[in-house]
Amino acid sequence: MDFMLDKKHEMARTLFKEFAEKEVKPLAQEVDETEVFPRGTVEKMAKAGFLGIPVPKEYGGQGCDPLTYAMCVEELSKVCGTTGVIVSAHTSLCCDPIQTYGTEEQKQKYLVPLAKGEKLGAFGLTEPGAGTDAQGQQTKAVLDGDEWVLNGSKIFITNGKEADIYVIFAVTSVVTDAKGRSKKMISAFIVEKGTPGFTFGTKEKKMGIRGSSTYELIFTDCRIPKENLLGQEGKGFGIAMHTLDGGRIGIAAQALGLAEGALERTIEYVKERKQFGRAIGAFQNTQFQIADMATKVQAAQYMVYRAAMAKATQKTYTVEAAQAKLYAAEVAMEVTTKAVQLHGGYGYIREYDVERMMRDAKITEIYEGTSEVQRMVISSALLK
Amino acid sequence: MKIVVCIKQVPDTKGGVKFNPDGTLDRGAMLTIMNPDDKAGLEAALRLKDQYGAEVTVLTMGLPKAEEVLREAMAMGADKGILVTDRVLGGADTWATSQTLAGAIRNLEYDLIITGRQAIDGDTAQVGPQISEHLGIPVISYAQKIEIEGDSVIVERQFDDRYHVLKAKMPCLITALAELNEPRYMTPGGIFDAYDADITVWGRANLVDVDDSNLGLKGSPTQIAKASDKVRKGAGEKVTLDPTEAVDYIVEKLKAKHVI
Repeated sequence: MDFMLDKKHEMARTLFKEFAEKEVKPLAQEVDETEVFPRGTVEKMAKAGFLGIPVPKEYGGQGCDPLTYAMCVEELSKVCGTTGVIVSAHTSLCCDPIQTYGTEEQKQKYLVPLAKGEKLGAFGLTEPGAGTDAQGQQTKAVLDGDEWVLNGSKIFITNGKEADIYVIFAVTSVVTDAKGRSKKMISAFIVEKGTPGFTFGTKEKKMGIRGSSTYELIFTDCRIPKENLLGQEGKGFGIAMHTLDGGRIGIAAQALGLAEGALERTIEYVKERKQFGRAIGAFQNTQFQIADMATKVQAAQYMVYRAAMAKATQKTYTVEAAQAKLYAAEVAMEVTTKAVQLHGGYGYIREYDVERMMRDAKITEIYEGTSEVQRMVISSALLK
Repeated sequence: MKIVVCIKQVPDTKGGVKFNPDGTLDRGAMLTIMNPDDKAGLEAALRLKDQYGAEVTVLTMGLPKAEEVLREAMAMGADKGILVTDRVLGGADTWATSQTLAGAIRNLEYDLIITGRQAIDGDTAQVGPQISEHLGIPVISYAQKIEIEGDSVIVERQFDDRYHVLKAKMPCLITALAELNEPRYMTPGGIFDAYDADITVWGRANLVDVDDSNLGLKGSPTQIAKASDKVRKGAGEKVTLDPTEAVDYIVEKLKAKHVI
């Protein structure tokens, strides 16, 4: 493993950093405060090619690797966790499964506009009774002539109301296995916004990433064309799990960015803030805290980059992705919490970025597989 | 249409400035960026490419490291990059630089040459007009707007309180202001392509119709007597007064310092 980035990745980082500083950072506080989806930023990111980074050029993407994509999410999240997850959900959870499992027609119709940023993507797996336990799915799809008829609902969907194209999972049959247990067969579908019978429910009021549009999706006799089945019928669980492997790299990169952003702010702050006649950075407690934070951030970065590189070179990267997400998310929570503590009273005030970053960081331990799920994934691979 | 854009890798002033013992800049030791006026010139060329179709070649003279700024320009959309680098070209002032760039451009076909008005490390605003003089083509400086009409360019030339509209037949040279436009971002895919592309590297031997006596430090009529880092100004004094009181206050201050 090469621990040095080559020049093109360094230049890509320069680009993402410049964009984040100029276009994203000035809006981060307002996006959090008003909970308004940053549509203007998304349009600018589309123009700059940020919405199709790992998608091949023949499908409208940038033809870069997963590492470049992870670095983009990292740099955006350094200044705004909301913007980071918009790109992550769109790319990892919508572009990627269509690129991996879609037919040529589906790729031309859906992946091309997604990768160009003309359309925004989302992913609907979670239901009220089916979070960590994906087998708990209640949404059903029944084939009726040339159409699938969807009924059910999905919750906590990122880019919920703002997306145009959705990858949705639903139960298409129930089979009995060799031991006589019934098993739900899940399939994946591509659903377009505006399809009759597809509506939006409640907008979630969240602790963090408050500008991301998190909605309930409701399907009531929603008829979609037969050809919008993604991958094979009944193979949706595998598609979801594979998609989440990639998604975890995006969220790990978001967590990494949040931790790095909080660390940067804290370093600036402790050099300026004076107590007892000295900058608080002159106190050993502060120095040790900063040292620990920086060391963990660096370790998290190596893990995230390793997972991203594994996605480019390995057929499966489940463990690498789970380890990166588990570690980066827990580092994000720890580092942002320490950042607030080192800011003292100011850290608890909304004017200071670390307050928002700590709230944003918490979700990285929960969505796209909780930290507990990551531990299950890692240990089951080791103990099988 | 063929457009040549001259760009320069300049020190990023955020990173601090370092000098060689002879007073010239230690370019190898500093963080660098694409000169802002040049970037606006490149953006203008790329917009002409988008609008009318054009081949955009970026040209720079510098250390081998200056290749980075060419790749950046290509990641924004330039088609070709040419680096002119040679030890004998080091320490060039504006005269030797413009001779070098003109010598390189003589190898190329072009309808339009765009340079930045001036570089933030030298602030001379001389190289662009000098290149046009060497090549014997018209120059329009301080462009704030550029349009193409047939075989001519129509340019708004900026002044403090007005602008002139000038029309010139191509080929001609335009010097661009940073205010001309908001340069586009590189694209991630553009960066990957730029690093896969070949950069043309030329040395002294590739320069056409240029005498050795006009190149490098030896060919530079201006020599740097002394250079020093800029002494930072103090924070100054800020007072909040109504306009009449403010005038009195300033006049008193100026009198006290014997300015008036």
